[in-house]
Amino acid sequence: MSMSRREFLQVLAAASAAGMMLDSKQVLAGNAPSNFYDMPAYGNVSLLHITDTHAQLMPIYFREPNVNIGVGGAVGKVPHIVGDKLLKYFNIQPNSIDAHAFTYLNFEQAAKTYGKVGGYAHLKTLVDKVRAARPGSLLMDSGDTWQGSGTALWTKGQDMVDASIELGVNVMAPHWEFTQGAERVMEIVNGDFKKHGIDFIAQNVVTNDFGDQVFKPYVMKSINGVQVAIIGQAFPYTPIANPRYMVPDWSFGIRDDGMQKWVNEARAKGAQIVVVLSHNGMDVDIKMASRVTGVDVIFGGHTHDGVPVPVPVKNAKGVTLVTNAGSNGKFLGVMDFDVKGGKIKGWKYRLVPVFSNLLAADAKMEALIKRVRKPYEAKLNEKLAMTEGLLYRRGNFNGSWDQLIMDAMMKVKGADAAFSPGFRWGTSLLPGDAITMEKLLDQTATTYSFSTLTEMTGATIKDVMEDVCDNLFNTDPYYQQGGDMVRVGGITYALNPYEKMGKRINDLRLHGKPLDANKKYKVAGWAPVAEGATGTPIWDVVAEYLRTVKTVAPPKLNNPRLIGVKQSDPGIADYIASV
Amino acid sequence: MNHQRRTVLKGVGSAAAVGVAVAAGLLKPTAAFAGDRSAFDAKGLDAAMKAIKATGAAESKDITVKAPDIAENGAVVPVEITSNIAGTESIAILAEKNASPMVGEFNLSNGAQGFISTRIKLANTSNVRAVVKAGSKMYTATKEVKVTIGGCGG
Repeated sequence: MSMSRREFLQVLAAASAAGMMLDSKQVLAGNAPSNFYDMPAYGNVSLLHITDTHAQLMPIYFREPNVNIGVGGAVGKVPHIVGDKLLKYFNIQPNSIDAHAFTYLNFEQAAKTYGKVGGYAHLKTLVDKVRAARPGSLLMDSGDTWQGSGTALWTKGQDMVDASIELGVNVMAPHWEFTQGAERVMEIVNGDFKKHGIDFIAQNVVTNDFGDQVFKPYVMKSINGVQVAIIGQAFPYTPIANPRYMVPDWSFGIRDDGMQKWVNEARAKGAQIVVVLSHNGMDVDIKMASRVTGVDVIFGGHTHDGVPVPVPVKNAKGVTLVTNAGSNGKFLGVMDFDVKGGKIKGWKYRLVPVFSNLLAADAKMEALIKRVRKPYEAKLNEKLAMTEGLLYRRGNFNGSWDQLIMDAMMKVKGADAAFSPGFRWGTSLLPGDAITMEKLLDQTATTYSFSTLTEMTGATIKDVMEDVCDNLFNTDPYYQQGGDMVRVGGITYALNPYEKMGKRINDLRLHGKPLDANKKYKVAGWAPVAEGATGTPIWDVVAEYLRTVKTVAPPKLNNPRLIGVKQSDPGIADYIASV
Repeated sequence: MNHQRRTVLKGVGSAAAVGVAVAAGLLKPTAAFAGDRSAFDAKGLDAAMKAIKATGAAESKDITVKAPDIAENGAVVPVEITSNIAGTESIAILAEKNASPMVGEFNLSNGAQGFISTRIKLANTSNVRAVVKAGSKMYTATKEVKVTIGGCGG
């Protein structure tokens, strides 16, 4: 049962023999394997899992990271393995369709070959196909669904609520949902979700005053006679990483003790399978799995790690499997359990890539998407510029999309330097693609995307960078917030991930000159979390820049020089520091 | 029921609300203290520990300091201290990195459970230290709480 990698290899071997490992010409010629999505049912209880779709209703490109460094106990361990080393670790054939799905390798060519990923109409077709072979199965969503696109912003998440209902989501846990505001969250939970039987669960959200549960901590479902408990875990640091004023009456946190309490209660009430639907992020989930006992599987998200095989984590009473299902609608996790006599006798898991060209669009979902987009089509389709280079965001230190945003901010605002948040959402564009307002909003659409221009001393700049860096590289996962390093424009620096807070950021320079701790610099930024912050929306700032330049040359990434990171670290590849 | 409780509380007058604030630990215990203030004026951890005669207190695993790993709001950080040491007479809380670390001392009458729950203010990332007096001996335990500028979450 625990030999998950061997099972995965067997699946791959079988698929390979059956022609799943295509070369690009076959796909270009439309000779797609008819069996890529053939997944025979196994066992008697099935849970399907999506996470972090970030409101991407349409098919998109999404480049996986080439930098995802692990620290402390996570050095070189899943999910901190990228590129060739990931392929080797999971035994995925280079240049295959799966290699494209799970890595950044040869991204431009492979993306052209295999086409876009995700899209709710295509996802719907896959979900229905998988569920047809698995009667009684449930579809779970780990959240970050109501944010990430122009339409989700303008409809206050309603487009995604409608799409989730149509997709057949049964249970959901939240994070960015809270940035729609507490009132709006409750309106959906007690309105559309209640009406359509979607459970919105979070054991770690309580009221500030009495510590009462705000949402159902867990739900018990009967699947083919087997009692399954699903416990919800919201992103523990929502009021810190996102504006606290949006959820002023609620307290979050990891709350291991609460988790253990609900696991025990669910078991006492007869749960034969206990799973956690989590927005902790993978490193936090792995630590939680080592501390909380009695959980069979944690279905995770937040850190956007596309992990092909669950990670088994030992704890005092057994083993908990930890999964992470990627982002942007690119993957569907399918977990099948064989439960006999009240016990799990076996399981099979596959993180299935959603290739839009290989899955026909579901007609009803397609119509729904057309309907929600219609009032905004002209705005979404405005062509702002054309990109000559690949634009992407994901990676620990910088992405070309972020660099473009910072270049725009510094130019438009006349700033010395720029900060752009280390968000992990945001789609990719291929060289030659149009940068439409829709694509710009994919990178920037939040309910607090104000642009700012602040005078900061050199000392403050370092403090800010140290603070954010500790949220990424603290060796204790419970202090990690799951975002990447703040992107820095204009200022070059060196970074040592393995140092303590206060010593990681070194050699800060502007135009080659060391930063003066007491001198003030003009720093542009966006998405401030403080209450009362205002400013022109960042998309307007960047749009203004794009309309002027018309053609965007490949942005020159301002990447920190890394100290202490070994060449052999599997969490980094093809990295080029800017100094 | 919970909803009613909240409504009732919202409906009561301001005088009663102060009582609630004290009960919920929202007010600094200093406000309620009539006794020796020197510990509250002490600058730095060493001076504060000295003022409550806890210098050299023994680290104890029988004391649990429960506080968030990262504070949601440094101005009101929930802290719970449980002392399973027999004969616990008092529990003091110190925020090590605050300019004046002493937050409060709670005297427990005979047989009272060694448990307090309150909210404290943290200026920076800091250890929250509990000091327990039992049978004329001093015991201590800590928990680090991080105070961060926030933002930039995935």
